[in-house]
Amino acid sequence: MDAAVVGTPIISARDLRVRYGEREILHGLRFDILHGETVVILGGSGSGKSTLLRTMVGLEKSHSGELRVKGVDMGKASERTKAELRLKMGLSFQGGALLGSLSVGENIALPLLEHSGLAPSTVEVMVRIKLEQVGLSGFEDFSPSALSGGMKKRAAFARALAMDPEILFFDEPSAGLDPIMAAGIDNLILNLKKAYTVTMVIVTHELASAFLVADRIMVVDKGDIIADGPPDLLRQSDHPRVRQFLDRVPDSESGDDEVDHLRMYTEGVR
Amino acid sequence: MAVAATSRLNLLARLGGAAEECLAYLGGLAQLSSRALWLVFVSPLKRRRSFDRAAGQAMSVGVGAIPIVSLITFFIGLIMALQGAYELRRLGAMQLVPALVAVAVTRELGPLITAIVVIGRSGSAFAAEIGTMRVTEELDALEAMALDPMAFLVAPKFVAMAVMVPCLAVWSDLMGVLGGCAFGVTAGGFTTLGYFTSTRNALTASDVVTGIVKSFVFGLIITAVGCQEGFSTGAGAQEVGRSTTSAVVRSILMVILVDVVFTIFFYITGGLS
Repeated sequence: MDAAVVGTPIISARDLRVRYGEREILHGLRFDILHGETVVILGGSGSGKSTLLRTMVGLEKSHSGELRVKGVDMGKASERTKAELRLKMGLSFQGGALLGSLSVGENIALPLLEHSGLAPSTVEVMVRIKLEQVGLSGFEDFSPSALSGGMKKRAAFARALAMDPEILFFDEPSAGLDPIMAAGIDNLILNLKKAYTVTMVIVTHELASAFLVADRIMVVDKGDIIADGPPDLLRQSDHPRVRQFLDRVPDSESGDDEVDHLRMYTEGVR
Repeated sequence: MAVAATSRLNLLARLGGAAEECLAYLGGLAQLSSRALWLVFVSPLKRRRSFDRAAGQAMSVGVGAIPIVSLITFFIGLIMALQGAYELRRLGAMQLVPALVAVAVTRELGPLITAIVVIGRSGSAFAAEIGTMRVTEELDALEAMALDPMAFLVAPKFVAMAVMVPCLAVWSDLMGVLGGCAFGVTAGGFTTLGYFTSTRNALTASDVVTGIVKSFVFGLIITAVGCQEGFSTGAGAQEVGRSTTSAVVRSILMVILVDVVFTIFFYITGGLS
């Protein structure tokens, strides 16, 4: 990546609205993510943060507004343009989403074999390097089902890194992991930050890891961005919902919220 | 009176709704099939690797089905011979047993029984595989890696099924005749050579070709329904079960319906000749 583009937006959203059926999940978001930045999108479950991530990768269609990724309007782009764009993106899913029919090594080799003209022997070496990077050397021939949750996530990282992407997306990288494993994942992200000049977008609800890795934190609540700034600034925020989130205060009307979530899940099913 | 009229209207509306749903489903199947077949020829993926995937699928849907298809159609042939002989013996026309078995198996039972076994083995597996991939976000992961699930998953299945189901049908024809022969030789007073000669004399090329054409279409239908059900899986493990069941039920229904259409067509036109 040239130095000239550092500091210019790589992803920008203007009045971005996303709907599942009749229900609007994201209510007109406006933000920019700059080249080389590590942005954490923080929010509770059902806040719309995962939907935002899926929309940025083009897995979800926006209802109105504009979302540009590397200058491409995701709402209007053809499947072919989106596919070309995705070659420069890496996405690591919450549950790993490794293909169960392939081994761990084959999973990581897959994008390389399909999209690059590299010889299989070269790909094999690259797979070994990527696995080593995430601390999974020697697990090439394991089936994904034989890995623990944390290992699956790390293998998914390796697959996301396979094509040396310009933008890396992480969906809940440390959710459901024990503290040691979660710290390991945070370290991995910090190492990636040092080793590559990639733009990283991390969706999480883990406060500790968010403050550790982020250059900038966007707090999403009920489909709106309620705070956006560097971690230090966010700590001093006096926005009531941000404070509630940071101070881990339960909702007073938790009953309502629960119904809200249930409704979201049942209506969000495609 | 007004109540009766409203309920009749309601019935009409429901019928219309059901018909519309049916047509939409068929339209979906046609869309999926045409896109997958298009992708077979202009795949955005590496040709060599797509071929390998199709070959892998062919092994599991075709070669893997040989034992069970053989066993079932052998017994179907045997049953046909027994049932036929039961009636023909009274007429003193036992020499017609090979012809009866040969025509029934090659024109109808071979392709049909093969299709039903393939639905049970592979159609359900397609729905479960794709449905599980939907639930575990593997389909999204494929898209995120710029690998079109249609080209990556569905197109190889179409190729494998279009080739292997007709092959299995021909194989099952042979096994059915062998089943009939087993009866003919042990209880019907035929020699093995005599049985096969009578079978050969009773069959025309069009009998076998009719079966092959049918099973080719069956193969496409089973793949389309299995994959369609897989893609339409909602969230949760329960949904995978639902789509697998409906893949099997709908495939069987559609195969039988298409079979009826084919049979009527061949009856009117006098078969392929």
